Amino acid sequence: MTLGVYKTSVEIVTPESTTVGESGNREKEKSRSVRPVISLQNVKKDYSLGVETVHALRGITLDVLPGQFVAVMGASGSGKSTLLNLIGCLDRPSEGTYLLDGIDASHLSAAERADIRNQKIGFIFQSFNLLPRTSVWENVEAPMLYAGLPKDVRAERVRHALKTVGISEKAKALPNQLSGGQQQRVAVARALVNRPPLMLADEPTGNLDSVTAEEIMKFLQDLNVRRHITLVMVTHEADIAAYARRVIQMKDGLIQSDYMK
Amino acid sequence: MNFRMILKISIKALNRNKVRSVLTMLGIIIGVGSLISMVSLGQGAQMQIQEAIAARGANLLYVRPGSRRTRGYHGGAGTINTLVPADAEAILAECPSVAMASPSVGVSAQVIFGNQNWSTRIEGFNQEFPEIRNWKVAQGTFFDETHLKTAARVAVLGQTVSDLLFPGMDPVGQTMRIRNLPFQVIGVLEKKGQSSWGRDNDDTVVVPYTTVQKKMLGGILNIQSIIISAISARATYTAELQITETLRQRHKLRVSQENDFQVRNLSEYAEAAAETNQTMTVLLACIAAVSLLVGGIGIMNIMLVAVTERTREIGIRMAIGARPEHIRVQFLVESILLCLFGGMLGVTLGVVGSFAISGLLGWPTLLSSSSIVLGVGFSAMIGIFFGYYPAHKASMLDPIDALRYE
Repeated sequence: MTLGVYKTSVEIVTPESTTVGESGNREKEKSRSVRPVISLQNVKKDYSLGVETVHALRGITLDVLPGQFVAVMGASGSGKSTLLNLIGCLDRPSEGTYLLDGIDASHLSAAERADIRNQKIGFIFQSFNLLPRTSVWENVEAPMLYAGLPKDVRAERVRHALKTVGISEKAKALPNQLSGGQQQRVAVARALVNRPPLMLADEPTGNLDSVTAEEIMKFLQDLNVRRHITLVMVTHEADIAAYARRVIQMKDGLIQSDYMK
Repeated sequence: MNFRMILKISIKALNRNKVRSVLTMLGIIIGVGSLISMVSLGQGAQMQIQEAIAARGANLLYVRPGSRRTRGYHGGAGTINTLVPADAEAILAECPSVAMASPSVGVSAQVIFGNQNWSTRIEGFNQEFPEIRNWKVAQGTFFDETHLKTAARVAVLGQTVSDLLFPGMDPVGQTMRIRNLPFQVIGVLEKKGQSSWGRDNDDTVVVPYTTVQKKMLGGILNIQSIIISAISARATYTAELQITETLRQRHKLRVSQENDFQVRNLSEYAEAAAETNQTMTVLLACIAAVSLLVGGIGIMNIMLVAVTERTREIGIRMAIGARPEHIRVQFLVESILLCLFGGMLGVTLGVVGSFAISGLLGWPTLLSSSSIVLGVGFSAMIGIFFGYYPAHKASMLDPIDALRYE
């Protein structure tokens, strides 16, 4: 396995000058042909814990292009979860700019961020986070309710998503009647229904046994390859990170290394 | 996200904790139930008072002679005999607020028919009596002006006297004896029942007042009182002032002299009674409202518990795209549903309760649609008021913290 040092997104993109980004002061602009899904410019995030200020992110600059499968690794406290929360619009950066699919997401209100999460991002969590005592069908349908999609569209998409993840027969089951692997599949189906350009996974296999973990990872990989869904995954397990094509190592709120397979 | 979906989610959430939902609603159920039964009780009592007023005769005023005061001696009420039938006529003629007036003079006497006899009150009035006292003739007729002028010996019986003296027969046309004078019975009054102070209204014989004066009291000229009907309930107070003025002039009283008569405005007593009753109603409603308030605090308490309990669910919903207002509306709808449903059950309880009160205790109750609407509306308002804070708290949760919540 050869790992090349990956510096900027520009290097892997075949140079064609088509769409040009809106910020004209960037020098690499000319060589860009594809708009990144995620574009972070010197993003910082500080938390105040009482009198102390914790610098969770100390200046992250990062572009993720459509169709990439990125694993973010690092020890606990390295800032990888904070980064994922920022990318997922669950939080706002203290400094710097964040463009998500071309939209400036650094200064949005809570309601606007909710809409972005709804339309642009599918979440997969370590603990699955399905709505309790709510059927598989309704769990998968939920994001479309907030999107305001009509009933027939919702039904069609739920059916399709459940088929994609291979648990159509469990549509009426409740989450606690399913195995961990099945629950994570439901979560993936839920992340897919609004057809977001980006999927974020936070330790997606953390609560699964190794066989199921492999199954889920292969499935995610398959989604990435076949459907060109951009995937950003946080994990601390090297064998899980190995499924990704690009691996970012974080330490003390900074990107330590960024490898492309 | 349309409203039907939110409603569906809310109903589901309430259904999950049925026992808790019902217990929470209990506060509202009891609150609304007691509010409705208390108000119906109060309004029933008020209705009873109004009926009593109407029974006595609408807009009724009495004029009685005053007390005599001679050289330090102060007699009781009615010790002056300055009141005469002409006073009644003058009151009718000169007071614009007076609709009708009748002199009144009465005497206790033994009435005899066949082998039956009965001691009762013989009351003399003019032909306006049925209208002033709001007391219709059930059988036969009332006496007229001719009877009055001729001091005719005609009598109209109260139901009690009619029943006692003429058991099982028609008294109209019969001749009975009062103080050994023959009287022709020309009519029987409707049953009136007890007066508000417990006297049997129907234990009476009504005759022309002139007959009492001339045939029974040896030709006296004065009368014992004047009964007056004002043109409306509101006019009773002005009528009282006008009557006082008229009588003072007629009796030639100087400014320094006190009235030699008393004007009693019965609607004043009625008003006082109604007011007392209203105070009671308000008091009862207040107590019920306090219990409703306590119920509302219970709702808020449970909603706060629900928000804490479902923090993770809120986090998940936010992560998949629920806006703060979606969360807020969802919890608000839940508390409104709790209150509305509780309110409706409370209305049922209140209706059953007020029927039980009138059925078991015999107290009059009056269910008004306004109190039902008020009860349901009030409970919905409580749902909004006490549900808002928990709902707002839920909507302001940080999605990251909410997702991490265990």
